[in-house]
Amino acid sequence: MRRISFKYVELTFRFMINIGILGLQGAIEEHRKALNNAQLGLPFEINLVSVQQISDTKNLSGIVFPGGESTAMIKQGEASGLFNRLRELINDGLPAFGTCAGLILLSKRVKRTEGSEETKGIFSVLDVLTLRNGYGRQKDSFTTKLVIPDLGNKEIEGVFIRAPVISEIGNNVKVLSKTRGNPVFVQQGNIIATTFHPELSGSPEIHVYFLTLAQIYNDSSK
Amino acid sequence: MQEKKVLKEYGDVEITLGSTELKRGFAQMVKHGVVMDVTNPTQAGIAEDAGAVAVMVLDKLPADIRAKGGVARMATIQAIKETMETVSIPIMAKCRIGHTQEALLLQEIGVDMIDESEVLTPANEASHVWKWPFTVPFVNGCRDLGEALRRIEEGSAMIRTKGEAGTGNVAEAIRHMRLVNKGISELLSTKDDPQELMIKAREMKVSYGTVLQVIDQGRLPVVNFAAGGIATPADAAMMMRMKCDGVFVGSGIYKSQDPEVRASAIVLATTYWDNPEKVLEAQAMVNEKNSMPGIDISTMDEEDKLQIRGANI
Repeated sequence: MRRISFKYVELTFRFMINIGILGLQGAIEEHRKALNNAQLGLPFEINLVSVQQISDTKNLSGIVFPGGESTAMIKQGEASGLFNRLRELINDGLPAFGTCAGLILLSKRVKRTEGSEETKGIFSVLDVLTLRNGYGRQKDSFTTKLVIPDLGNKEIEGVFIRAPVISEIGNNVKVLSKTRGNPVFVQQGNIIATTFHPELSGSPEIHVYFLTLAQIYNDSSK
Repeated sequence: MQEKKVLKEYGDVEITLGSTELKRGFAQMVKHGVVMDVTNPTQAGIAEDAGAVAVMVLDKLPADIRAKGGVARMATIQAIKETMETVSIPIMAKCRIGHTQEALLLQEIGVDMIDESEVLTPANEASHVWKWPFTVPFVNGCRDLGEALRRIEEGSAMIRTKGEAGTGNVAEAIRHMRLVNKGISELLSTKDDPQELMIKAREMKVSYGTVLQVIDQGRLPVVNFAAGGIATPADAAMMMRMKCDGVFVGSGIYKSQDPEVRASAIVLATTYWDNPEKVLEAQAMVNEKNSMPGIDISTMDEEDKLQIRGANI
């Protein structure tokens, strides 16, 4: 809620921003819940849009790429032309937030295994080299405590499920959190990405941060 | 059961493995997707290319198990390992109901999820595997809400309908999903009457606390897929329409005459189940003449049904 106070009158108005969640596969509802939870403390409303086709990308102020299987998402997203449109929007500055498989979509460079050839990422917007399932299989999935100094230094739980590893980053990429020797939360301009799942841990900080980026973008694009 | 480790090489980072959150979280990542039954790495590759979110490695497809008879056991270790090396998507494998040792072997190989499945010959008529001590997540079948909650109370991290595997007939999956949904809506409609809830918990042979979890979340506390008899894109979309989180397709793909196309079409219909144009596009990709022939369940003998197998407690 934005409040403008005069001496005798108080005017209150709300504004609404549209946030898309890629709705092809994966933990879609979990992000929906986390975003709604994050909005509670913010002075604006959000309208969540499940993005499945090009027509769903109108008037977005942010787009979330959930965790899931990147191969399954790519198959559908490429076939319909949706990913081409999203690539344009992100290149034009649309704030994007990728978790796990979502990070893989955003990455410039991707490796399937340690020894395999590097391939170009689907959106190729985030200057990192990402190793798919870099910690191993489900048996290697883990949780650990993370600290994000820029977001208040509170300990949050990082849930890593068949998680990717960010093994190299470009000069323009800022590392917001690290564990086990690698970045796990990075930012490059309006793009943020985590190798873990903040939508599963119940800590709203990262979703709040993303909504703040989306709101600034929304204001500046008017 | 969760294990804690301290990683000295990274400045004593403490990590937790195999927790309930991680097991259920794995299932959350395959939501809105299709898990496909495969019997070899080539089929697994086709499934991955079609957009499957995981593959289930079996020795024989359910339709062949049904036709061949005899004892159906866990798949050959080498076949599971080869499939793990071939595709990058998660690998699931089935163990016999109550066969804790087969489950331990699958955990040791490192599969991403174990299906304790009525499709294989049950090994223990008294009980299912006690799944809490495992670090690998399990999926179990159910025919109604009570059965789903009993498996969750044993530590299952994901539920699927049993349906009637290997028949190409979706009727039983629909029946089971309808009963799960009906059970949930009945609980929600009596949520303010603790005595009635206690009676319902006792009828379902589950604890009161588990019933409260369903009410709190308004759904099963774990991911819930459809399985058993799904053979066409329309079948998959039908199950999504009934609020399933995703689908398993068993014999439906590799017992059809058009597995590559059908696999892609079923994924398309599952992703866009709520978009009539896309479901039509998916269904138009397949020719009904190529669907697996299937079995009418109403003419089947009760003892031929796979869904009745395993301890019902």
